[in-house]
Amino acid sequence: MAQAKLLKNDSLKGLFAKLKASGRRILAPRGKPERILFEEVSSPEGMASKYIQTTLSAKSAVFPRCEELFQYRFEGKDVKIEDRQLDPPPTVIFGLRPCDASSFAVLNAVFSWDYQDAFFKSRLKNTAVIGISCRESDQYCFCTSVGGGPGDTKGSDILLTRQDSGDYLAEILTAKGQELVSLAPELFAPAPSAEKGKFLAQVPAHFEVKELSQKLPRLFDSGIWVEQSLRCLGCGACAFVCPTCVCFDIQDEADREAGSRLRCWDSCGFSLFTLHTSGHNPRSVQSQRWRQRLMHKFSYFPERLEVLGCVGCGRCARSCPADMNLLEHLQAIMEAP
Amino acid sequence: MDQLRKKARELLESGAVKTVIGYGQGSGKAVRAVFIRQPEQTEKLILDERCRQNLAVYLLKPEVKNLGKPAVVARLPVLRSILQLAAESQLADGQMVILGISPDGQLLDFASLKAVADYVSAQSLELPPPEREQLEQIEKKSPAERWNFWQEEFSRCVKCYACRASCPLCYCSRCAVECNQPQWISSASHARGNLEWHLVRAMHLAGRCVNCGDCARACPVGIPLNLLTRKLGEEVFKDFGLRAGTTPELKYALATFRPEDQEDFIR
Amino acid sequence: MAEPNIYKPYLMRLEQITEEAPGVKTFRLLFQNEEESKNFSFQAGQFGEYSVLGEGESTFCIASSPTRKGYLECTFRQMGRVTTALANREVGDTIGFRGPYGNTFPIEEWFGKNLLYIAGGIALPPLRCVIWNTLDLRDKYQDITILYGARTVADLVYKQELQEWEKRGDVKLITTVDPGGETPEWKGQIGFVPAILEKEAPVSDNTIALVCGPPIMIKLTLPVLKKLGFTPENTFTTLENRMKCGLGKCGRCNVGKYYVCKDGPVFTLAQLNELPPEY
Repeated sequence: MAQAKLLKNDSLKGLFAKLKASGRRILAPRGKPERILFEEVSSPEGMASKYIQTTLSAKSAVFPRCEELFQYRFEGKDVKIEDRQLDPPPTVIFGLRPCDASSFAVLNAVFSWDYQDAFFKSRLKNTAVIGISCRESDQYCFCTSVGGGPGDTKGSDILLTRQDSGDYLAEILTAKGQELVSLAPELFAPAPSAEKGKFLAQVPAHFEVKELSQKLPRLFDSGIWVEQSLRCLGCGACAFVCPTCVCFDIQDEADREAGSRLRCWDSCGFSLFTLHTSGHNPRSVQSQRWRQRLMHKFSYFPERLEVLGCVGCGRCARSCPADMNLLEHLQAIMEAP
Repeated sequence: MDQLRKKARELLESGAVKTVIGYGQGSGKAVRAVFIRQPEQTEKLILDERCRQNLAVYLLKPEVKNLGKPAVVARLPVLRSILQLAAESQLADGQMVILGISPDGQLLDFASLKAVADYVSAQSLELPPPEREQLEQIEKKSPAERWNFWQEEFSRCVKCYACRASCPLCYCSRCAVECNQPQWISSASHARGNLEWHLVRAMHLAGRCVNCGDCARACPVGIPLNLLTRKLGEEVFKDFGLRAGTTPELKYALATFRPEDQEDFIR
Repeated sequence: MAEPNIYKPYLMRLEQITEEAPGVKTFRLLFQNEEESKNFSFQAGQFGEYSVLGEGESTFCIASSPTRKGYLECTFRQMGRVTTALANREVGDTIGFRGPYGNTFPIEEWFGKNLLYIAGGIALPPLRCVIWNTLDLRDKYQDITILYGARTVADLVYKQELQEWEKRGDVKLITTVDPGGETPEWKGQIGFVPAILEKEAPVSDNTIALVCGPPIMIKLTLPVLKKLGFTPENTFTTLENRMKCGLGKCGRCNVGKYYVCKDGPVFTLAQLNELPPEY
């Protein structure tokens, strides 16, 4: 399917204008160097360009941190439920790294497992991704160890690779990508001399992930979990910046007349995540919760859903206030007896 | 640094402590909290301007307590945290060895919490000009401007509670936001939920915050939370003449009453 | 919405409240919508998310049998926010119900076998569904024995049904209370469930055992079953973990590679033995 076109840097302005004119919402990375987030934009002006990765992932575009599931009104002994009319705005996420683009498949594996989550699915259906491949990586990145890569096309509808000229090689990968091109076909020229491989970051693979998935269950009772998690503070930063973390909470918020049921992000790292009302907590210490995080992402997910629960973006390590470096921990696990 | 390593080694070799909580090599150029248990590993301890994390937060964690009696590397904010925790009955004298560090990196020996309090009282706890300046930036805004400023900041909050987790004074085993009978504060991350959380947290820390700045450093989306608690700390000092972390006795302004307390702000 | 909202509950009418024991109630719920009532079906072992709208949801098994149509029953103990709100409901109030979720007791595989039900305290409700289901298909099974115990006589739930089961000629019912929990009128046994089990020594050949009870009771009962010759494949239980969505998505009930809401709540002992002790 992939066609290769040239998209000039100067054409981005026109492309954004056409996308907006078609009724689409554009999310693009903006912000200070130490804090780049996806924001709604109408033009490429002010878009962040020199950075390794955004602080938060783009997961809230398809899985918002607070989603209203339905509303209700109280009428005497009756309750009237008002279902959500799902009409998510057509959205283009511009500037997503290949690791993030491949994370949607992981979220989808959970939200389509037997029961179809219409909130997620309708948002995903209405979202197109114009990804940008990575010319640089840092010590926290490990996409190539988990089946990804700086130029990986999985999950992108169009993947851009920046050439030295500042213009982009644009790989048109899917029908959705083709649809975007058709809004401004004049901006996508033939690209006879555009290259990809030489503009990609060198990201050495650090371990064989299948080996990791097989090794983990054997380490269940190992002391490594206590060692690694001594400095962990038990916050939810890693889970919330992560593009594939999907655990959530359901909360009711109401007054005497009406209310709504909400789905909110949650983290298995919180001490109360598995607390029973009786007071019994199967994971009462942080080392058990740290172990659960890794086992869930690298062992249970591949076993049950056939996807890995991690894309190697490194955000968790970059954001962690206690410097829990996931790549480092995984390497230690591979070396553990 | 050598002084510290030598002392740490002695403590471990003699069995006086089972673990030394300090700073060691982290990812890249960063430092991280380390828990040294072997005397020869004390060579890994680092002490420089990067060592900012408030290590007092680890003194209350059950996993760390399980390691046995600790020694903890303590710059001024950590010393103050320890005093405040002792005042609130979370730590006891003699429960840990305190490896005090002076502003110019010298090792300070403290035989007791009283000695720590004497040292802290001799320091100036006034806000240094750059920190006062940060408060003034906001103070000079009109109420409407301040509201907009904080609404903008809180809009990024994802309720990860990194601020809470990194703060030594946030030690409640069931935080206010985790109470659901009734649900005092919304746990959801919407505008009201974010506002409720930050306001309640700031109020619960008013006059208890030692201005270490870890909350703002921990926040993944860079909300300057420390300004809220710093401001409230200044307000408490202005009204009651008391600061957090100066004594191991409970003299907390918002939990104790003295007949000479001001009343002019009660209208 | 084009696709159904999997988080939206059925609206049920609270038709009957039975006070089973101190703090324990049974609700009988009817669908408010006729169509939904007609189309609804479930199998023994499945659970649901019951809600008080405005307060939240709570996970309980469906305690009524699938052979009895037109209503659902659940039994719960008042413990936290949602169960307290439920306990304060009156007949005629609206209760939300999402379900049925989870796997089922493979009762058809048990045709021709003996059944041994062992339950303690508030853990009889998860078994009550399958007990009635099998009693309603009585001729498909050989001997059926029910061993049920609670701390005191007042704590026994389903007192009405215990009498019904006692009166039936085709069921062996053994009830017991902990030593000290008996009243002067008490005619049943006195002793902890595992001890009574050992005393009664039911035959294990061609028998399926179903055990449900507080962790301590299970811990002490399993060795007795083993001694009597029950195999892990022939011993079943149902786990009541901390669940939230019931749909395999929120992650709360993930234990090892299993999700209690999808791979359970019914597990054989053989499966439980593979699980890490995180439940």
